[in-house]
Amino acid sequence: MSEALDSKAIEELRQIAGRYPQARSGLLPMLHLVQSVQGRITPEGIETCAEILGISAAEVSGVATFYTMYKRRPVGDYHVGVCTNTLCAVMGGDAIFERLKDHLGVGNDEVADERAGDKATVSLEHVECNAACDFAPVVMVNWEFMDNQTPESATQLVDDLRAGTPVQSTRGPRLCTWREAERVLAGFEDGLADEGPAAGPASLVGLEIAREQGWTAPATAPGKGE
Amino acid sequence: MSEPVATVTLTIDGVEVTVPRDTLVIRAAEQIGIQIPRFCDHPLLAPAGACRQCLVEVALPGPDGSLRQMQGPPGRMKPQASCTLVASQGMVVNTQLTSAAADKAQHGVMELLLINHPLDCPVCDKGGECPLQNQAMSNGQGESRFHETGGIKRTFPKPINISEQILLDRERCIVCQRCTRFAAEIPGDTFISLLERGAQQQIGIAPAADGEHGPGDLSVNGEPFASYFSGNTIQICPVGALTSAEYRFRSRPFDLVSTPGVAEHDACGSAIRIDHRRGKVMRRLSGNDPEVNEEWITDKDRFAFHYARTPDRLKHPLVRDAATGELRAASWPEAFAVAARGLAAAKAAGGVGVLTGGRLIAEDAYAYSKFARTVLDTNDIDFRARPHSAEEAEFLASEVVLTMPVTYADLEKAATVVLVGLEPEDEAGAIFLRLRKATRAGRTKVVAIAPFTSRGLAKLDATVLLTAPGEEAAALAALAERAGVTVDADTVVLAGERLATSTGALTAAADLARSTGARLAWVPRRAGDRGAVETGCLPNLLPGGRPVGDAAARVDVATAWGIDAVPGAPGRDGDAILAAAASGELGGLVVAGVGLEDLADPTVARAAIDAAGFVVALELCATDVTRAADVVFPVAPVTDKPGMFVTWEGRPRTFEAVFDVPGSLPDLRALAGIADELGRPLGFRTVTEARAEMMQVGPWDGARAAAGTAPPAKPRRLAANRFWLAHWKLMLDNGVMQVGDKALAATARAAVVRVSASTAAALHGASAVTLTGDRGEITLPVEVADVPDDTVWMPSNSHGSGVLAGLASPGSSVTVKGA
Amino acid sequence: MVSTSSTDGGAAPSTLTPVLTDNWDAERSWTLAAYEAGGGYAALRKALSTLQPDEIITMVKDSGLRGRGGAGFPTGMKWSFIPQDNPNPKYLVVNADESEPGTCKDIPLMMASPHTLVEGVILSSYAIRANHAFIYVRGEVLHVVRRLRAAVREAYDAGHLGKDIHGSGYDLDLVIHAGAGAYICGEETALLDSLEGRRGQPRLRPPFPAVAGLYASPTVINNVESISSVPSIVANGADWFASMGTEKSKGYVIYSLSGHVKRPGQYEAPLGITLRELLDLGGGMRDGHELKFWTPGGSSTPLLTPEHLDMPLDYESVGAAGSMLGTRALQIFDETTCVVRAVLRWLEFYKHESCGKCTPCREGTWWLVQNLAKLEKGEFRRDEGEQILDLLLDQCDNILGRAFCALGDGATSPVTSSVQYFRDEYLAHLDGGGCPFDPAASTAWAVREGVKQ
Ligand SMILES: Cc1cc2nc3c(=O)[nH]c(=O)nc-3n(C[C@H](O)[C@H](O)[C@H](O)COP(=O)(O)O)c2cc1C
Ligand code: SF4
Ligand code: FES
Repeated sequence: MSEALDSKAIEELRQIAGRYPQARSGLLPMLHLVQSVQGRITPEGIETCAEILGISAAEVSGVATFYTMYKRRPVGDYHVGVCTNTLCAVMGGDAIFERLKDHLGVGNDEVADERAGDKATVSLEHVECNAACDFAPVVMVNWEFMDNQTPESATQLVDDLRAGTPVQSTRGPRLCTWREAERVLAGFEDGLADEGPAAGPASLVGLEIAREQGWTAPATAPGKGE
Repeated sequence: MSEPVATVTLTIDGVEVTVPRDTLVIRAAEQIGIQIPRFCDHPLLAPAGACRQCLVEVALPGPDGSLRQMQGPPGRMKPQASCTLVASQGMVVNTQLTSAAADKAQHGVMELLLINHPLDCPVCDKGGECPLQNQAMSNGQGESRFHETGGIKRTFPKPINISEQILLDRERCIVCQRCTRFAAEIPGDTFISLLERGAQQQIGIAPAADGEHGPGDLSVNGEPFASYFSGNTIQICPVGALTSAEYRFRSRPFDLVSTPGVAEHDACGSAIRIDHRRGKVMRRLSGNDPEVNEEWITDKDRFAFHYARTPDRLKHPLVRDAATGELRAASWPEAFAVAARGLAAAKAAGGVGVLTGGRLIAEDAYAYSKFARTVLDTNDIDFRARPHSAEEAEFLASEVVLTMPVTYADLEKAATVVLVGLEPEDEAGAIFLRLRKATRAGRTKVVAIAPFTSRGLAKLDATVLLTAPGEEAAALAALAERAGVTVDADTVVLAGERLATSTGALTAAADLARSTGARLAWVPRRAGDRGAVETGCLPNLLPGGRPVGDAAARVDVATAWGIDAVPGAPGRDGDAILAAAASGELGGLVVAGVGLEDLADPTVARAAIDAAGFVVALELCATDVTRAADVVFPVAPVTDKPGMFVTWEGRPRTFEAVFDVPGSLPDLRALAGIADELGRPLGFRTVTEARAEMMQVGPWDGARAAAGTAPPAKPRRLAANRFWLAHWKLMLDNGVMQVGDKALAATARAAVVRVSASTAAALHGASAVTLTGDRGEITLPVEVADVPDDTVWMPSNSHGSGVLAGLASPGSSVTVKGA
Repeated sequence: MVSTSSTDGGAAPSTLTPVLTDNWDAERSWTLAAYEAGGGYAALRKALSTLQPDEIITMVKDSGLRGRGGAGFPTGMKWSFIPQDNPNPKYLVVNADESEPGTCKDIPLMMASPHTLVEGVILSSYAIRANHAFIYVRGEVLHVVRRLRAAVREAYDAGHLGKDIHGSGYDLDLVIHAGAGAYICGEETALLDSLEGRRGQPRLRPPFPAVAGLYASPTVINNVESISSVPSIVANGADWFASMGTEKSKGYVIYSLSGHVKRPGQYEAPLGITLRELLDLGGGMRDGHELKFWTPGGSSTPLLTPEHLDMPLDYESVGAAGSMLGTRALQIFDETTCVVRAVLRWLEFYKHESCGKCTPCREGTWWLVQNLAKLEKGEFRRDEGEQILDLLLDQCDNILGRAFCALGDGATSPVTSSVQYFRDEYLAHLDGGGCPFDPAASTAWAVREGVKQ
């Protein structure tokens, strides 16, 4: 099911290791690249990274199993993470997660069945705080922000994803697939940096108030400012 | 700034103690008899501070001299892990004995360690010797609040094999990381690792390939914990999480009696502990000898002991029945008489040669040495049951006997250690570990003259001067230049016994040492080798290093023995003894613990045994030698007698008998019986008596044998399409002393042929090759290594009847074909 | 209503002082062009042509900048610990792992203005004489990773990074490194292990990273906001920075308001502003509701209550109130929120994120979660209640200061502080056999939809 690591992938793995003063530092991005090629962390991927870095497969396994983002089982084309850490949970994350489980017919960290006509698969997971509390409740799709969700918006979101309807991140580009996302995390640019806004509305509230009030930081020489 | 002082003085539980700088508080406390509970701490591993069991209350003097309690979260005493805290001047430590807070902290940690630990002590191998169990008794609470509040324990599926030998029960594991830290730090075998995170964190190995256990299940069986030293993890595991297939469920610690011993599998002299019950060895553990093996032993030392109790173990003497021509059981007196008669006749018919193998305790070796000289009137004696040379015998006499130029501790201090003809991980495990310790500390650089970068050499980060077998002398001559090191008094050269087959190499090593001031030690493979040198089981040496060729030395021994003279004619070496027996020149042989397949020419050796007029064999088990012998004496395994091995360093290591088994007698007792029959008593009948005499004879204080000169180099030419064959014995192989240890054998490294990349290319990617030599051919899987293009390597005794018996004569070449 | 100033006479200082957030509303603010148009990289040019590395260290020291990653350690002092006679290379590592629950300031900063951070990295690296710097950014923020990579590429192209930067002879390489999901990697020594390609577990100290950090070489680790503050200090001077804030807590910081408030978001202000002032700016609590409890700086900082509304949000004042300023992650909960549920959820987080290295944290969080879960569901008898709460506190006592790193300490904060302030609410769960709160009432859409309160 998972593609083999071909010579291009192996070359890119080496390239990642080469970015660092010590090759082993490349391991985390290398594992991201394995995921982008193979859809998960495979024993083959572990072995290959171990070989390239000259460390044991057990050491690589130790690393691969430590981090939540490395998946032992395949995820969907779109991996949907609902924040259920306290603040998001209280603000509605729990309700969203329950609704999505119901709607998709899956439990935590599972891939929803592909239905006839679906263009893409979706998997569901609850995630920890994703540093977007001012946009609570937050849903992440392939690690892009989907801010200020409700159970309704979230079900619409997964329906659109399955149907192949393009979905725009609230603070980012049109959603790419999980494998494409993993490639970016491995350090290969995808040309989408200029998509999306500079900041979401909540990020700007303080600035807006300051602008309204004419507040600024003091001028350079203290006392001479304002 | 004042000069840093070499010691610091601190106060622990009100007691002042002065310790060297950099001493950890937990060690400082030990010095005054205060035991702070601990789990992750191990004196030979880097501090981890992981378990938090060793917490103590600490105060430090501030700049104004007043004491300040070490605090953590604001306003709160922060207990410190005494296993990671370095003692400092004026520090005041209060342990659980004097600080209620420290005691509370320790109880708290103990409670937490126990919440997820199963209550299976009654069925656990560790029960009765378990640090967790013991410390829970001394430092734990009575009842479990976890249990009372309805806590649910973490569970894991049944124990998993992390190798064929080692099982891991994850429920019992307290993730102290001693095992993984051992694997990474000590042998460098990082095949076990922490896996997962948090409460799910566990020890494990790399994943199986997909399919077997479902996709990507990373925590079950895969690449095993393949380490020659894996058994040490069982011993240092503070709970019963790690067990061996070998010992699992076989016994309880409180049923066992422990006797200290010395490992008999190599020349390292490792201290071991033999645990036994009702006359049976149940398991072996590492002893603790900081001077020698510290607290580690090889898996062979730990797990290979069944050979002494195999079904083909000889139980009583045998004599060849004149009527049937078959061996039959005989009484000891009858066997003494038959042997004596036969040897007397053989002596008259050209003489008797003595072959003693390399596994004897020094006292037995001494007895053979004396028996040859006083009973058989010959210097035809040789312990070297392996390819050897006259150059080697001279080398042993001039450079090795009576010397102790290098100790384990010296390995740690040397700037450079040169290995030649020695793969320490395979051939001398304790040396390997000590060298790894030295190199990891950054003090020592290892340079190896070897045919390829073995895993052991790689783990020593050695500079390898790739050398075809036979070219070691030249490589030694070019050492400084090729390795870019200065060879001087800070250099140690370790020369392996395999160099005997490389003309000029031992002489070159001796010359190098002499010309540079480097220290040189000879490292044999077997436990009895060095003792045999010291006791004179050589044609050119008498006991105590007395040269046969030195008349004064001969007089000295003869005087000590109370006889007129010892024979002055130089003796034959092992190969010559066999040749002479085969040709009928010699009338008989005394053979002790020799495996014919180890000899330079097994076929010739077998023919010699068959042809010899009269053969006395002394053995543990039936072998090709005993089957061909005229009289066979069963001899005691090391467990049944006290004895002494001499380490490669030259350090005597004595041990006591584990068992008192009537009828299981040392070799020297059989020799004494024969000697008595012949009216030339040896003067001792027990190991203790022999040792006393040996000590009395003492070392020779006269001139040593002069250094030899290198024999003329034989022309070495390699015909087209032929390859030099390099080989040595892997630690775990088909050796007779590993018989019967299935789980151990399953952890042996696979037998492969190693070829260079260009040779592999010429084989067009064949996955197996056939080697053909002057004695036969073998087919094995092939691996590419950095061997020189004109060389191939394979293990000596991991396949079939072994290299010498089935493939090629020493120093010869082979052809390589894809198979 | 907005309260303006507390000082009479003279020009009132501004309540909010956008510096780091100042360009977030600029057109394509994340690009080099936009950043430079707003004066970006001027500080860099000035520093490289007129300032010695040590002068920058002195400036940062004099400014009073304290680490913005949570602990508040003086940044200039940290830099001065780098032994300059150590022959190993020096490294700067930026902690962009932002994972402390409630904390959400570094991510928008890097999204909107990655060049602020990049310029800060170059200045800071120059100061400590590092030729190699890393930004360790948590992996779960894809677009931030994109923006950082693009910014670094632009900076190389513009000659701000690479060899002989602007002819100064100074070289610097900067690598963006994406993590893979582990809160513990925000802990600085765990971060270093992770950056070395290992399991992110904290290291023994000493040696401290300043002496033996990345690759056992001298290393400075600072939070995104700390490093991003450096360009403004270099540009405007230490006195300018120190003119903001309080006596011991100097400068401006980003306060992140989230939860049951009208206008959650980022508010950049001098240290010492109060929650009441911030709430006023943000329009107060959501309609019809009142403040029940809040965190001053993420879930690892003990909870506070309305009685702390007028406490200045600076290191000293929050510390005096028994909590910590932390990351100024002000998570605001109103009276619809069950504190037991909130605390249980946080503890599940700590249990999930405990690295597993040490016993108190690994096993302690495992057990605390079990007890809290049973408390929430009312599964203890009422008459056991007090005893269970005492057990909770004792469990925390056995973790706090006993764990290997501050993750374990942090895990106890919500428990001990909530038991301190809301003991009765815990016990109430045992009266009725479960949680008396309706979770629907707390949701963001509850007010809109008129769910019962
Ligand atoms: C469990 C834990 C998580 C942490 N997470 C972060 C984090 O995400 N970002 C951060 O800057 N500091 C974090 N810290 C603090 C860092 O260890 C460190 O103090 C900080 O990066 C130093 O930078 P500063 O001096 O600029 O604040 C964390 C600490 C702990 C104990
Ligand atoms: S298996 Fe034993 S030695 Fe290894 S971590 Fe677990 S308790 Fe420690
Ligand atoms: S023995 Fe000290 S922390 Fe484990």
